[in-house]
Amino acid sequence: MAEAILEVRDLVKHYPLTQGILFKKQIGAVKAVDGVSFDLAAGETLGIVGESGCGKSTVAKMLVNLERPTAGQIKYKGEDITTMSGRALKAVRRNIQMVFQDPYTSLNPRMTVGDIIGEPYEIHPEVAPKGDRRRKVQDLLDVVGLNPEYINRYPHQFSGGQRQRIGIARGLALQPEIIVADEPVSALDVSVQAQVVNLLDRLQSEFSLSYVFIAHDLSIVRHISDRVGVMYLGRVVEIGRDEEIYDHPTHPYTQALLSAVPLPDPSARKHRERIILTGDVPSPANPPSGCTFRTRCWKAQERCAQEVPLLAVPAEFRLTEGPAHHPSACHFAEEKRVVPTESG
Amino acid sequence: MLLEVRDLQVEFKTRDGVAKAVNGVNYSVDAGETLAVLGESGSGKSVTAQAVMGILDMPPGRIAGGEILFQGRDLLKLKEDERRKVRGSEMAMIFQDALSSLNPVLSVGDQLSEMFTVHRGMSRKEGRAKAVELMDRVRIPAAKERVGQYPHQFSGGMRQRIMIAMALALEPSLIIADEPTTALDVTVQAQVMDLLAELQRELNMGLILITHDLGVVADVADKIAVMYAGRIVEQAPVHDIYKAPAHPYTKGLLESIPRLDQKGRELYAIKGLPPNLMHIPPGCAFNPRCPMARDVCRSEVPPLFDVAPDRQSACFFWKETLDG
Repeated sequence: MAEAILEVRDLVKHYPLTQGILFKKQIGAVKAVDGVSFDLAAGETLGIVGESGCGKSTVAKMLVNLERPTAGQIKYKGEDITTMSGRALKAVRRNIQMVFQDPYTSLNPRMTVGDIIGEPYEIHPEVAPKGDRRRKVQDLLDVVGLNPEYINRYPHQFSGGQRQRIGIARGLALQPEIIVADEPVSALDVSVQAQVVNLLDRLQSEFSLSYVFIAHDLSIVRHISDRVGVMYLGRVVEIGRDEEIYDHPTHPYTQALLSAVPLPDPSARKHRERIILTGDVPSPANPPSGCTFRTRCWKAQERCAQEVPLLAVPAEFRLTEGPAHHPSACHFAEEKRVVPTESG
Repeated sequence: MLLEVRDLQVEFKTRDGVAKAVNGVNYSVDAGETLAVLGESGSGKSVTAQAVMGILDMPPGRIAGGEILFQGRDLLKLKEDERRKVRGSEMAMIFQDALSSLNPVLSVGDQLSEMFTVHRGMSRKEGRAKAVELMDRVRIPAAKERVGQYPHQFSGGMRQRIMIAMALALEPSLIIADEPTTALDVTVQAQVMDLLAELQRELNMGLILITHDLGVVADVADKIAVMYAGRIVEQAPVHDIYKAPAHPYTKGLLESIPRLDQKGRELYAIKGLPPNLMHIPPGCAFNPRCPMARDVCRSEVPPLFDVAPDRQSACFFWKETLDG
């Protein structure tokens, strides 16, 4: 792997639950993120998938420093950004930008498109001197496929897909190295999603960006990612290259998740084995002991309740070279193919 | 035929003019059959369903023409109190967002038993017992203990089960499900879809499934109607459409979705945006976005051509589309 531009180690975010008004005392914590580690190499796309409440968006917020972690480190080019402040933090933030999910609420309705995309230059004037800004913003509009003449329009004059392009242009304004995209296409119509996904693809090679791409849609994540991490209840349960995760998953949760995705192919209906999980995701305020997935897992045994499985290459695959050789946090990891190959 | 919609037209009066949401839709569902209505936002798929249910906001909405035949009767000719009897007991609807469809200040038991006390004249006690029975049926664990709980005490998947229970309460012959699993997580989505399909089989109901998700359609539908700008552009048995679409819009949609079982070449992207319903382009509404558009597409509205028995396409060039 190329050199890691971002190293995340044992990242934890607990939101305290308090009781009382005057004398607040902590009675517990919502463990939104509970020990997440991964690397992001320069120029690669890391996809993070998981269901709602698994902590994927909290991870995104910590990566761009919108939330301070409870514990753990986020190293950008070797330096821990979680302890930075002031000028050093400002410099790092320029290089890690975010694209949000909802293009309706993440753009200020009272600002023109030019002001929205140009606002980052107010904070980082070194990137674009004042006289140069208008031209830069027009260039950005052009880059994301919008007419540069739209610079004086307001967000409500654009469709959802166009707004998401504006959000992307704002993310690119400071020429960052890393873009954290939290569900960037899930609010868009099917026929418009492909346009935005292709745009993100093109921008990555044009500006050699690294992406952290967070989504719940496993098909889109596969399309765009080089590597994929699967999260469940605040932890990464399996991580690997895209074919390792999609074609050779070893964690039961990944297998269930993949088998539940409906395929746009009616002939797959018959010969496809589906693992239907029972029950719901437990509350992160009170996660099960040991392996947090055990309450919904068909393989769960005594050991799963007592020992937290570590995210590492499982012992049975440690000596093999094959695609099952990737980190998976399960005591009973085994390879199981759940996605039919090339339309079955 | 259980339900037949004929040449339905719905429009909305807005400040900026009249929006033509549905422009001559024809479809039909038989008992035990699943029809998927596929379309993007603004395609008219939900408005058609609301017209069938009789829950359109009128005004600003107005049914400008057409017939809705349910078991042979034209629903549009019924008086409101007769319509009301049909709604709920003979046809029922499941909505996307269970949290805002349920009343937050009534327990789920009260909301379920209301179906029986209002429509069937049962006592409260009998209604309560029926509610527990229904919750069991949609597999809500510990139904007896949870019947007195409020919607916020249930998870998203459980709430959608309650919506299903409510729709099934009076054993209707037709269910309309408008994006029933869109708000749910994948693993829960699979549970809910499974449950719905099983109950449909058991009760031999007709099901109209409204969705934008090509995966969900492929999984459960028998036939599929693709809508664009208030019209059906293609209608076919589900296997045929996925194998070889006969309309450029359907084809574009199928090619533009990333696949779980394939690694990414560049995605095909349909250019442009869905049309504004106030200014639907003349001719074929899809022509500004269509790679095959010719002069005739810009001047004439294509009728539904018969491609095969049970199969229609509203494209002048359906043959070329079908061949590749």
